[in-house]
Amino acid sequence: MFDKYIVCEEGFRRLGDGRTGGRIEVRMPYYRGLGLSMVEAVDLVLDGTPVPPERTTFTVHGNTYTFAELPTVTDDRWEMGERAELAFETDQPLGPGEHDVAVSVRLRISYMPVPGGGRDRKRLTLTA
Amino acid sequence: MTIKRGVSLYSFQEEYFLRTMSLEDCIVAAAGIGARGIEIIPEQSIPGYPRLTDEFVDTWHGWMKAYDTTPVATDLFLDTKRYPDRWLTEEEQAASVTRDIDIAVRLGATVIRAIINTPPEVMERAAPYAEEQGVRLLLEVHAPFHYTHPWILRHLEVMDRTGSPALGFMPDMGTYVKRFPRVVTERALRDGARPDLVGLIVSTYDDHGDVHGLMDTVNYMGGGPVEQGLARQATHFTWNDPRNMLDHMARIGHIQAKFYEMTEDCTEYSIPYDEIIAVLVEGGYDGYLSSEYEGNRHIQDAYPVDSVEQVRRQHVMFTRLLGEEPHVR
Repeated sequence: MFDKYIVCEEGFRRLGDGRTGGRIEVRMPYYRGLGLSMVEAVDLVLDGTPVPPERTTFTVHGNTYTFAELPTVTDDRWEMGERAELAFETDQPLGPGEHDVAVSVRLRISYMPVPGGGRDRKRLTLTA
Repeated sequence: MTIKRGVSLYSFQEEYFLRTMSLEDCIVAAAGIGARGIEIIPEQSIPGYPRLTDEFVDTWHGWMKAYDTTPVATDLFLDTKRYPDRWLTEEEQAASVTRDIDIAVRLGATVIRAIINTPPEVMERAAPYAEEQGVRLLLEVHAPFHYTHPWILRHLEVMDRTGSPALGFMPDMGTYVKRFPRVVTERALRDGARPDLVGLIVSTYDDHGDVHGLMDTVNYMGGGPVEQGLARQATHFTWNDPRNMLDHMARIGHIQAKFYEMTEDCTEYSIPYDEIIAVLVEGGYDGYLSSEYEGNRHIQDAYPVDSVEQVRRQHVMFTRLLGEEPHVR
């Protein structure tokens, strides 16, 4: 329902902490907030290459988690419309200019018999 | 006439998601439309849920006073799949419902929407606490469910056996979709659906024919994911005679007035609210008609979404059908 808003146009930048990689901002394609233990995946494909979840971290309102931790996080939530940050490491530094960013979100919604979530793909310009 | 008008803030989800409207803006908009009964989904509109600060609760009641609105209902969810490796126990489920009863009470709401997946056993366990707290736990009757569906019958059994005044129903008007919503077919066509297959789906639905084989039929006729998705949606809207509410009127404490498209002349394209409101009046319903706009998802690819205008039009229609003085701007 909010698939087209998953990948935020703004906020795409380099990691900026000495490692190679970047940060993007993502929103959950759902009409309410959800406990993080029910966020099953936020998969990133950058310029056609999947970034393994082990090389990404997920930050909501200042709290950073690995995807190995998320299934156990029952006391924090991804709020409706909240811009979470997906930080990712790459082998090579990100080149300047435009990149193809595809994100797929999978959610475990208790009243639905099939996985929830959605996907979005945008061309984003590196800003820093 | 004692049917009252309200709005579920679900209606403004597009604007709230994009932060073009704040929670306070949503309440101001509702008040401006004369939809003075507020229904809120705490998990949607209150960051930090389930922990509500005293400061938030004070602000909330301040808004209700300032804008002359009334908290009417909260909507609860039940995350039975909270943990990846196990189902919530019945006790944990009841605790989740109890927690949401406490939230409703703090917000001043007297009606709680229990989501359709709430098991009857959990409703039964939570009912005494709801009674004690002076709130009603109303199971949503959402398409494709109806009052003779086995899942609803299990809930009816609990309501009959316990006789708890706290238990009842909250019908979703998406169970009275008489013709296929135009915004949905237009979206499918923009997504490349074959017009002949769209026509087949719409005519089957509008003739109230058998939609359950449609996905297969569309597949046999060469339809792809877009056409099959539309065929699937045809099974998620339902048409029932609104008179099916009459047998349950004593248990109906709130109406979710779902809609997909209010046209410029202030009628709903697919749901016959004239028939629905006539039935509610006949049955002596005295709760709220709570707007639930759900058209945004079907038009946001091509058009700007104006949820406030859509809700305004629905309330123009309500005042007309309720015979109220037209004071909706």
